[in-house]
Amino acid sequence: MSAPSTGGASRDGYGSALLRLSSDPRVVVLEADLGKSTKSCHFRELYPERTISLGIAEQNMVLVASGMASSGKIPFASTFAIFTERGFEQVRNGVARPGLAVHLCGSHGGVHTGTDGSSAQSIEDLALYRTIPGMTVMHPCDDLSAEELTVQLLNHDNPSYTRTARNKTPRMYDQETCKSLKIGKGSVLREGGDVAIISCGVMVSESMKAAEYLSSKGIEATVVDMHTLKPLDTDLIDELAGRCKGLVTAEDHSVIGGLGSAVAEHVSYNGGTPLRMVGVPDRFGESGTPQDLMKAMGITYGDIATSCESLIS
Amino acid sequence: MDNAQLEELARQCRRHIVRMIHSAGAGHPGGSLSAIDILVALYANKLRFDVENPDWDDRDRFVMSKGHASPAVYSILHEVGFISEADMMSFRKMGSVCQGHVDMKWTDGVDFSAGSLGMGLSFGLGCALAARMDSSDRDIWVMVGDGETQEGQFWEAAMAADFHSVGRLNLIVDRNRIQNDDFVEVQMEVGDVAKKLSSFGWDVKEIDGHSMEEVVSAIEWSSSNIRSPTAIVAHTTKGKGVSFMENNPSFHGKAPTDEELRMSLEELS
Repeated sequence: MSAPSTGGASRDGYGSALLRLSSDPRVVVLEADLGKSTKSCHFRELYPERTISLGIAEQNMVLVASGMASSGKIPFASTFAIFTERGFEQVRNGVARPGLAVHLCGSHGGVHTGTDGSSAQSIEDLALYRTIPGMTVMHPCDDLSAEELTVQLLNHDNPSYTRTARNKTPRMYDQETCKSLKIGKGSVLREGGDVAIISCGVMVSESMKAAEYLSSKGIEATVVDMHTLKPLDTDLIDELAGRCKGLVTAEDHSVIGGLGSAVAEHVSYNGGTPLRMVGVPDRFGESGTPQDLMKAMGITYGDIATSCESLIS
Repeated sequence: MDNAQLEELARQCRRHIVRMIHSAGAGHPGGSLSAIDILVALYANKLRFDVENPDWDDRDRFVMSKGHASPAVYSILHEVGFISEADMMSFRKMGSVCQGHVDMKWTDGVDFSAGSLGMGLSFGLGCALAARMDSSDRDIWVMVGDGETQEGQFWEAAMAADFHSVGRLNLIVDRNRIQNDDFVEVQMEVGDVAKKLSSFGWDVKEIDGHSMEEVVSAIEWSSSNIRSPTAIVAHTTKGKGVSFMENNPSFHGKAPTDEELRMSLEELS
């Protein structure tokens, strides 16, 4: 078994959360050969009798989870974000339609995944799952918030999809502050009256860097960790739209259908709040370091800052 | 029930099937009529359920993976008391508890939301794994169509069921040899399904799916075999019981006309 990461990657938070959830006997864990990668391996090691290994067969895994949920279990199933997509129709028809609370976790989301290349870099998962009625969609930004939000799924009645990231990013929370997180409520990490940056996942720390940079130039930005894309915290967005000159979204995901689209869908009803979207343009990634890929895709803190400046100028 | 009573009940269900599809103006008579003898034997003699408590944790599960054969399911659910005549005859109409394809969210007594082929065996496997964790002796029954075994997910589930040795998982393949567009052998022949399942580690029995004696005996055999997952490959006739629908691909998914309904009911009287 590979050594766990030392903290900071949101997938580690998923692994820690499963251990905390283990005290509830209804919790079962399903794997499709990538437990070492998604970090469900730690649960497997301690609770093999409640871990179901299904091999490299994601479609089957989704419906096995669904059958278990229909029989009183609370299934947590994981694989790479991109491979959950192979079971998309299964999630749609076999999980969400009957309203069974299966919790799916896709790790290695986004181009930040890095050197594995475009086949492993899901840039469309959040868009896909957001379209399914009744589905909760989350993308936490660090290990501690991923752990807290995953633990909260225990009492969540809806099916969910949570994207985690392969690589470490700076922690945005500590053991105390992460306790204030709540599924469906955006978390304001920084206050500023000029512009609001609404971000998720690995882009939250980039957004904080962008805000620091903007501050040095006299522009004050609010930064929101919008860890839940669905249901979207529209009250918070309305509040931000009311007190800032505009909104900038930031995500390691296609600009088509993700967080930016979710915010755009909402603000299109409220009189046209100025909005810029920072995200992966309509193209696939490639092999490279996370930093090189983010630069190539135009999703660095500098790109966020530029969008903010252009928005308020 | 004895076999004669089961046969009479099946005849009554066949009448319900053609009536509800005629009333809806749409539906799937062929695969409903091929499956109904088996459903009748299961519901009347084998399955453990409580009409007063449809969500009873320890009920046996019946996963109808070939969800388009919903009229067969609704006909027997009506006969055992889950749904009324009016419910049944509202099939496919707006707001009806009898949706076009069986759906657990809509109908008491339905354990699975079907409609997309290839998923039911996986779901049944999940039910069986949960039952084992709960140390329950509830049985899980899954029915699939033969065309459905063209789906890759079916074989993912077949492999996983053997690996996890779920002895209370019971599969029935309705081998009626016709799928949506044409005969299975024309679309993509699925071959010796029994041999294929056997090579996947399943205990398999082949029967005539319209011989009540063979159906009842195979169900007993499958239920009592808890050593490994078991499969009954039931050789059936699509449209069985209505002469002009029998073995006729055009009645896979077509409602009878007024005249065809009259002729059907006459043959099933």
